[in-house]
Amino acid sequence: MIEIRNLTKTFPTPGGMFTAIEDVSLTVEDGDIFGIIGMSGAGKSTLVRCLNLLERPTSGEILIDGVDVTRLDGRELLRLRRRIGMVFQSFNLLMQRTILDNVALPLEIAGASRYEREARAAELLELVGLSAKTDAYPAQLSGGQQQRVSIARALANRPHLMLCDEPTSALDSLTTNSILKLLRDINQKLGVTIVIITHEISVVEKICNRVAVMDNSVVVEQGNVCEVMRDPQRLITKQLLGRVMWDA
Amino acid sequence: MLSAVAAFWAEYGHLLISGTLATLAMTGIATLFAYLFGLPMGVILVITQPGGIRPSRAVNSILGWIVNVGRSLPFIILIVAVIPLTRVVMGTSIHVRGAIFPLVLASAPFVARMVESSLAEVDSGVIEAAQSMGATTLQIVFKVYLPEAFPSLVLGASISLISILSYTAIAGVVGAGGLGDIAKRYGYERSETSVMWVTVVLLIILVQIVQSFFSFFSRKIDKRVRH
Repeated sequence: MIEIRNLTKTFPTPGGMFTAIEDVSLTVEDGDIFGIIGMSGAGKSTLVRCLNLLERPTSGEILIDGVDVTRLDGRELLRLRRRIGMVFQSFNLLMQRTILDNVALPLEIAGASRYEREARAAELLELVGLSAKTDAYPAQLSGGQQQRVSIARALANRPHLMLCDEPTSALDSLTTNSILKLLRDINQKLGVTIVIITHEISVVEKICNRVAVMDNSVVVEQGNVCEVMRDPQRLITKQLLGRVMWDA
Repeated sequence: MLSAVAAFWAEYGHLLISGTLATLAMTGIATLFAYLFGLPMGVILVITQPGGIRPSRAVNSILGWIVNVGRSLPFIILIVAVIPLTRVVMGTSIHVRGAIFPLVLASAPFVARMVESSLAEVDSGVIEAAQSMGATTLQIVFKVYLPEAFPSLVLGASISLISILSYTAIAGVVGAGGLGDIAKRYGYERSETSVMWVTVVLLIILVQIVQSFFSFFSRKIDKRVRH
């Protein structure tokens, strides 16, 4: 379980302090596919980056299974990150490594043996349906295939939590569906909790069970997906749902 | 025509061969040592910059300053100015041996900047991905930065090699010999232009070989392009 309490992150900019997220509180239960939706610049990306401390929050707490991770540093921080998988909008694969070696990288970082790495990476490539591409390089793959590799990579260290930062925003709609199905399968079969950032309501509709809506650095609405969709309270939520005429 | 060539070769062949060897030795050894020092300097410049994986304003600005000072001294001045130091480090300040130390001193900062710009080309998203996996600073350097930048580093090495090659022409002032020195002595001081032109052609051939080989190798190893 992840409990985010009163989380705030500010950045110094030449024009003064910029507040990326302000007083955000959320709870993600084990087994959730938790969607965080909002427009560009709403603070979603910063919020999810605080969960593995790629960004250090300015104040507030993040309890993962009861431990406040905002206090971690050094070895403990590295150990935390190894337990959390992350998937990015632009895939972020290593272009000079084969697909197999890309998936094996987190294991290499964690100090696993060569045999262990290769066996696990092959197993994961099988899971994401890319066994035939083991020795290929990322440049030889389509966007959807590259995202499958990056999902396999995120699973390498058997994480309980996976963070997905706009995982389908660089993909066409059919490929988006196949990636969403893959994420749903991973959630159901492996029991991995997934936090997924998106600006597309369809992503939330298709695979999330819970959702938080962010607008201007603040969470304005959250709850079960069906409830929020049935009865959106805020203008931004209605806009994201397409219930406001686009030229109104 | 043929006898003219034979006569030229009889007179200058030995000189040109030893000049070519001296140039190759100076360039090769100096480049090797320039990378030995310049590569870590370039890596440190990248990881300590603001927003880098180990930001440190102090380290970055001090190292940056040292590199800039090294790069702003004209080599002809540097090679003379460091003669006492060269004597201490190398045991002599003349010949090829005496030229290596100032060559390394002048080219390591250049190499540092070449390495810095190659590493800066690595996609920051890939670095962030490695950080999200819990990689240490050293792991990011050795498993991500250097291998991902390798094709670019190889191309950079050809630029470094060729500029060090041109530095060696100046190394003649400490009696290091080499092709550049021959061109200067025979062509400029004695007006024997035929010798000068032959050395110029030899230098052009060397540069072409270095550039073609490194460009080919860089393309060959770069997995971003489909073969």
